[in-house]
Amino acid sequence: MDFLPHTPEDLTAMLAELGLGDIGDLFEHIPEGVRLDHLLEVPASLDEVSLAAHLRALAALSKGTADLVCFAGGGAYDHHVPAAVRALASRAEFATSYTPYQPELSQGVLQAVFEFQSLICDIYGMEAANASLYDGASAVVEGINLALRVTKRDRAIVGAGLNPHYLEVVRTYTSALDISLDVVDVGDEGVTDWAGLDASGAGAVVVAYPNFLGRLEDMRGAAAAAHAAGALCIAVADPTAMGILEAPGAQGADVVVGEGHALGNPISYGGPYVGLLATRLEYVRQVPGRIAGETLDADGRRAFVLTLQAREQHIRRAKATSNVCTNQTLMAIAAAIHLAWLGPRGLYVLGETCARRTAFAARILGDLPECNVVFEGPLFKELVLETPIDAEELCRRLATRGFLVGPALGKWYPGLERALLIAVTEKRTETEIRGLAEAIEKELAER
Amino acid sequence: MSSPLERSAGTRLESEAFPVIYELSHVGRRAWSLPEAGVDAPGLEELIPAEHRRSEAPPLPEVSELDLVRHYTRLSQRNWAIDVGAYPLGSCTMKYNPKLAEDAAALPGFAGLHPHADDTLVQGALELLGTLERALCEATGMARLTFQPAAGAQGELTGLLIMRAWHLSHGNARRKVVIPDSAHGTNPASVTLAGYEAVEVPSDERGLVDIGALEAVLDEDVAGLMLTNPNTLGLFERDIERIAAALHGVGGLLYYDGANFNSIVGMVRPGDMGFDIVHLNLHKTFATPHGGGGPGSGPLAVSQRLERFLPAPVLTWDEGAERWRWDQDRPDSIGRIHSFHGNFGINVRAYAYLRSLGPEGLRAVAERAVLNANYLRALVADVLPTAYPGPCMHEFVSSGKHLKRFGIKTTDLAKRLIDLGYHPPTVYFPLVVEEALMVEPTETESKETVDGLAAALRRIVQEAADDPEIVRSAPVTTPVRRPDEARAARDLRIRWTPSSSRS
Repeated sequence: MDFLPHTPEDLTAMLAELGLGDIGDLFEHIPEGVRLDHLLEVPASLDEVSLAAHLRALAALSKGTADLVCFAGGGAYDHHVPAAVRALASRAEFATSYTPYQPELSQGVLQAVFEFQSLICDIYGMEAANASLYDGASAVVEGINLALRVTKRDRAIVGAGLNPHYLEVVRTYTSALDISLDVVDVGDEGVTDWAGLDASGAGAVVVAYPNFLGRLEDMRGAAAAAHAAGALCIAVADPTAMGILEAPGAQGADVVVGEGHALGNPISYGGPYVGLLATRLEYVRQVPGRIAGETLDADGRRAFVLTLQAREQHIRRAKATSNVCTNQTLMAIAAAIHLAWLGPRGLYVLGETCARRTAFAARILGDLPECNVVFEGPLFKELVLETPIDAEELCRRLATRGFLVGPALGKWYPGLERALLIAVTEKRTETEIRGLAEAIEKELAER
Repeated sequence: MSSPLERSAGTRLESEAFPVIYELSHVGRRAWSLPEAGVDAPGLEELIPAEHRRSEAPPLPEVSELDLVRHYTRLSQRNWAIDVGAYPLGSCTMKYNPKLAEDAAALPGFAGLHPHADDTLVQGALELLGTLERALCEATGMARLTFQPAAGAQGELTGLLIMRAWHLSHGNARRKVVIPDSAHGTNPASVTLAGYEAVEVPSDERGLVDIGALEAVLDEDVAGLMLTNPNTLGLFERDIERIAAALHGVGGLLYYDGANFNSIVGMVRPGDMGFDIVHLNLHKTFATPHGGGGPGSGPLAVSQRLERFLPAPVLTWDEGAERWRWDQDRPDSIGRIHSFHGNFGINVRAYAYLRSLGPEGLRAVAERAVLNANYLRALVADVLPTAYPGPCMHEFVSSGKHLKRFGIKTTDLAKRLIDLGYHPPTVYFPLVVEEALMVEPTETESKETVDGLAAALRRIVQEAADDPEIVRSAPVTTPVRRPDEARAARDLRIRWTPSSSRS
């Protein structure tokens, strides 16, 4: 099925209008030496019935959150997507539109983005958010670039509690630029000693909140260390924690970024996700990407437009604040609808359920023989569990018992080869937590 | 004075005071439904130290689920979309996004996969990506491909970092990357991010790269050339073989910007034109929905000599184990560019589209896209002449400068088109054309739709002479009329606050 509407009569009439005999004549001006003289060697066309069956069969080869109880985390989480959010965000009027360059025909997307920006500012304690970035990693990169432009410096300090994949992406992005990157370790407590940090010469200090190990970093200490050195403090904050954790903005952060997939978007093997970025109003002209703004139309009605476009690549070209063009608007709309569905109380309950069930899981799992929860102290929705078994191996074995856990931490944190992440969202029940404990116990017994 | 809720409840969807979600809020109303913790664990006061506990709840709106559903349903109805009507937005390729692809991406075996899951648990997803990679490499004439880039611009940066790695492996990163003046803004922006200096070459009187000017800037300091072919004027760069030879002559690499790949898919392969690096915009050529501005997917393909620099991990078929796995052991890799594996859900949709079309279908995409564009161009050529001569590919760029004598700008023409039932073409791009109007009908629009669009454009040109005020004052049929963009930037309101409420 090719979705093409032309009838043979249409083709004849259209070619006649052009004075052509064959549709191939349209390509005659392309040098013969580069024209393909055969069809592409790609799989043959399938009708819809056969294709649907093929896709179902292909999907059935994998095991996901429908097959395994998902305790896996590390930047991607099995949160509930409310039915209303899914229904609204998948409306074709949002999904099959594009960048709102014509505001009169795009008030739906523009206002939804304006609401998204407002909601993100509210949860993060910030004043100016953009219309989204690709993912958590690119949001960290853009946050660092913003801070270095503001401070006119070329050095960033990153806590080792940052998601290691994000750190890899930061390294890739900064590799070609004259930016130096210093990573400060986490100590025995699983957090960085921010109060003891000398950030002299740095333009950006990056702190994850909560961090990759599930721990709550000393945000205020990080902000103080950054500000003492004239740097901006960038918080990488989990939006689902913002009902119970103090807004990074209220703790001194100048820029707050994060991964927003947990708000209304499926886990989907890591994408499409949505990068969040918000900052103080004074830095708005250094913000990357699109921003929706409110104005009035010719009749004095409230209207929304893309604004401050002089920052962007289609105007500033080589001197733009970023190269980002296409972003993750549809995911941002889903995130906005999810936040509006939650409201302040729902966001609180979401955080409370995650935190208390995580505390419960920490106690149950930590009580298992030869197992311990590595970092004691306050957790949000993840914990680090150490067992006597190689963690990569344990992840694989638990999958055969119906549980998805991890990732294993040894490849990023030397000394934690037998440790892995366990994430507990609002979907994980007491029965499932006890089931996981039993499965681990059996693994230990059968070792 | 009535409440915003009451005023939004009128039957007219374009009601004058459309509320912002916050203006529907009533303390104590709720849509959320979540489990309480229900486990034997301490309360938050005990679990979370005071200095970390939120002191003041975020001022999110409190609405019922029905309020929420109506608000976003009505909001969506204030938006144009492909599913609503024709959308000939040049360069963006707003063609039909098949529904079966949505079903595919929503299958639990795709939508429910965890990105950290062991390779053995996600063989279906990897098989899909492996097959899609082979097909896209075949279509581009490249050797290998990464799905990590989330959009075209991220693909560009990935490709430029690979270009840099290649030159560094030969001792010198070089300094400059050449870009035609008709290029998308992302090209020079990406060049800067990759640590290079963008050098612009002009277009000649044909609207193509000025070969003489290009050869004049080429030297051993040029790392590469980024080229969109066909270019943003909708014209095929027919000197491509000479351009490639000139670049390769100074040791430079040729980068293919896949923004317009839809017009040559199945007809011409970038690899056969001499390109070494290719990004594709799957949301264009492979018909995935644009989502109001994203997500896209910008996979980046390279020729064999650049394969070792691809972002890690790289998908590999393990012959011994007879299964797919991610190969992390890539010492020459430029590194990771995405949190996980790119916009996987978009790649699933692109796969479904590819399998639906097959080789004949893909070729027909290019043929019909080019036919529709040339047909429309012919129907309006006498009233909206193209900026450059010759046949176009999937889009054409006209100039509206001759309407200025009636006091009509291209933006006026675009706004009037809205009242006649069409989304306007792209305006004021590319920058090399005065009063540019960039029209891309796409292959999925019927002859009647293209005829109708031509008639509407012709009518507006006539109106510009006869009744310019109706053109200048358009649109009048939309939920809002022309917004004051200067005011938006001057009196900056980019976030709702109680004091900013207009209710």
